[in-house]
Amino acid sequence: MSTVPLTHILFVSTALFFTGMYGLFTRRNMITILMSVELILNSVNINFVAFNKYLYPQKMEGIFFTIFIITIAAAEAAVAIAIVINLYRTHKSIDVDDATEMKW
Amino acid sequence: MDTSAIIFYAISAFTLAMGLMAVTSSKIFRSAIWLLLSLVGIAALYFWMQVEFIAAIQIIVYVGGIVVLIIFSIFLTQQAGTKMPKPSLKRMIASALAALFGLFFSFNLINHYGFSNTGSPHFSVSVNDVGTQMLSTTEHGYILPFEVVSMLLLSAMVGCIVIAIKPPEEQPKKDKAELENEHIDIPETVQEYVDATISEPLITTEV
Repeated sequence: MSTVPLTHILFVSTALFFTGMYGLFTRRNMITILMSVELILNSVNINFVAFNKYLYPQKMEGIFFTIFIITIAAAEAAVAIAIVINLYRTHKSIDVDDATEMKW
Repeated sequence: MDTSAIIFYAISAFTLAMGLMAVTSSKIFRSAIWLLLSLVGIAALYFWMQVEFIAAIQIIVYVGGIVVLIIFSIFLTQQAGTKMPKPSLKRMIASALAALFGLFFSFNLINHYGFSNTGSPHFSVSVNDVGTQMLSTTEHGYILPFEVVSMLLLSAMVGCIVIAIKPPEEQPKKDKAELENEHIDIPETVQEYVDATISEPLITTEV
């Protein structure tokens, strides 16, 4: 167990974060953008658990933060999908380039 | 390098490969499936870190909830088999460069920070402890965030219903017309004739 240093777990979560970042930059479809955001949130969760395990093994704060982040991510995904469905009903498209009414 | 480390690197490679396919696949349904596999890989990472409770939550909420919701919304909003247009080469290169720059910047930062590498062998989170601390009102209890997040979930649920509900299609006007029809004294045969002739297009309006 101790053969894997903390930095390697952080490397994995960083790579996952920037994978999501790349998707956020290149995608134009709202659902795929939502998927990228989920990847980013998950990489942060990995960080919290890894820090808790390696640096403060007698406490549980990282676990609690992970639980709360997962809860808020679920609420965020539900609201986002409701917005996407409503947008599709009015615009017949969920491309971010087509939703420009509020663009100043 | 022992078995545990090999398992860790295998899980990491799997998760990262699936995540990369999820953001680059040009078919949206396949993209959702790659995302699902990536989330399963992250749950496996939690199992490897011996936080089984978080791994179970990850599988229940993400794999069982959010990805299924995403797949539902894909089916509701577009044809699953159609390909998405590829992003322009300029944007792809710029995004890849930005992501790679951030990646190496963070790698460098993590590498030189000097974390202590003493992973403690006895790190175990029992569901009992989690539940006790979650609902305790003492100094390190999480009862207040728990209540706040429950209110957030409730309001998000109500907000989703309000946003996604179908707008009523001029229902009140039709009711009013019916009421007026009832007030006017028309012989029954004429009334039936009127009712029969007023067909669908008069009542429903295109929104």
